[in-house]
Amino acid sequence: MVNHDDVRYVAGLARLKLAGEELDRYAAQLSTILNHVNKIAELELDGVEPTSHVLELTNVFREDEPQPSISQVAALANGPEVEGNAFRVPAIVRK
Amino acid sequence: MNLLRLTAMEALEMMGRGELSADELTGAFLDQIDRHDGDVAAYLYVNKTGAREAAAAAGGGDRPLNGIPTAIKDVLCTEGMLTTCGSRMLEGFVPVYTATCVSRLTEAGVVNLGKTNMDEFAMGSSTENSAFGPTRNPWDLDRVPGGSSGGSAAAVAAGEAMWALGSDTGGSIRQPASFCGVVGFKPTYGSVSRYGLVAFASSFDQVGPLTRSVGDAALMLQHLVGKDPRDTTSVAHPEQIVIPEDRDLSGLRIGVISELSGEGIDPGVREVFQKAVSTMADAGAQMETASIPHAEYCIPAYYILAPAEASANLARYDGVRFGLRAGGARDVIEMYEETRSLGFGDEVKRRIMLGTYALSSGYYDAYYGQAQKVRTLVVNDFDAAFREFDLLVSPTTPTTAFGLGERVDDPLTMYMSDICTVPANLAGLPAISIPVGLDGGMPVGMQIMGPAFSANRLLQAAHGAEAAVAFNRVSPLVEERD
Repeated sequence: MVNHDDVRYVAGLARLKLAGEELDRYAAQLSTILNHVNKIAELELDGVEPTSHVLELTNVFREDEPQPSISQVAALANGPEVEGNAFRVPAIVRK
Repeated sequence: MNLLRLTAMEALEMMGRGELSADELTGAFLDQIDRHDGDVAAYLYVNKTGAREAAAAAGGGDRPLNGIPTAIKDVLCTEGMLTTCGSRMLEGFVPVYTATCVSRLTEAGVVNLGKTNMDEFAMGSSTENSAFGPTRNPWDLDRVPGGSSGGSAAAVAAGEAMWALGSDTGGSIRQPASFCGVVGFKPTYGSVSRYGLVAFASSFDQVGPLTRSVGDAALMLQHLVGKDPRDTTSVAHPEQIVIPEDRDLSGLRIGVISELSGEGIDPGVREVFQKAVSTMADAGAQMETASIPHAEYCIPAYYILAPAEASANLARYDGVRFGLRAGGARDVIEMYEETRSLGFGDEVKRRIMLGTYALSSGYYDAYYGQAQKVRTLVVNDFDAAFREFDLLVSPTTPTTAFGLGERVDDPLTMYMSDICTVPANLAGLPAISIPVGLDGGMPVGMQIMGPAFSANRLLQAAHGAEAAVAFNRVSPLVEERD
């Protein structure tokens, strides 16, 4: 159902890099799973309202008052590469 | 006296009467961890020094859960203490804040014994998807403890914790509780704050207790529920949680879900379950057949919706702000791809791709949109059933604990472990698993489900069922300390 190329495309969307052997294995496994979940296509669902969330909550607001938050030092504490007050990353655009 | 057999309620009474000290109690559990965790591997991190200090400080205190040795699933953030979610992606990650549910228990006086093993990012049903090796079932070390809260369930069953916190997205508290012969409760969605719970599928995830008794589950739940300004999906529990005392089941109308207790359930499990149903009827409950007509569509809908939510939630692991970063990349896109390929295990990648596929252009309506409609049908099925019944029951799992390695190469068979537990997550309902017997020496669980926010009714009935069935068995690792 999904082939090698489909898996490569989806992996790209998800920012995953897969080797050739992995592409085949995932294609087989995802096909089996999709074949099973396709069972929902049997159902007549026209006119059924979708449920995105089970609680009947709408627009949960609070007063817009400043609250304490974590410090910059703490926020940077787990950064794999930090420079000054920023997270350092490789080049965004290559020359 | 074998302290490892005590419930938290019994231990609190004994400490209150001065017959037991918090030091002694924590010492007994740390000792059991020393003795057996090399084999069981329930913990990813044991908080040995911290636990001894907390126990010493608890001495003579009057906080409601003072000195109770508690294990915490490694999906919950603990400030200053490793939190890995069973993933290489978060190896060495030390959070800068603590999950609300953990803070609440700590304020009530519990002793934190450490962080328990789990399937990576809570995706799995056997704890074999942990990047740090599997946990083993204390009843039989060649079998899995279930998952994803397998470390928490195994810790409670092995006498390596008095009780534990777990999280349940599709059965991850109840299924391991069933496999390990302990009690596991998934509260109504929204009852317990998700702040500090590493997100898997946000419209399903819920934190709850794994305990030795229904009474203990109620006791821990008392301290977990409540609205948290830091989680906008949390709500105030409409009733205060009460500790069940009355064991009477008479007058309760309980529906046995036919779709989840017949075909597809292992004959041995079915037999133990049916015997428990008869015992509950003898104790006065009105047991009748109930139906959730769309039950067979729950696994398909769940394995579209949960991976879809996961694929979005796990986008945050990009090697920039925390966790792993792959070195040597020439640009940022390559860094993202290499980091994620290196940091995530097979099952996590599988679910991210499944979810990404279900949300991708051209497939969104056929998969995600339709699955959300199926979710509505399941909610409606439960509404109809609860017009007729106070509670519903089924086996918790279709089989007892399976062997290590048996299902790792077969994701769909692994997903089928959740067939009885997933419906309650789709509908956001509270559900508990209690041990009701053994099949071939391995525990069998019964699941009891109730309407939204019916925790008190549910716990009351589970307490009655627990007393009527009188399972009273512990794993060999606890028994040998008698």
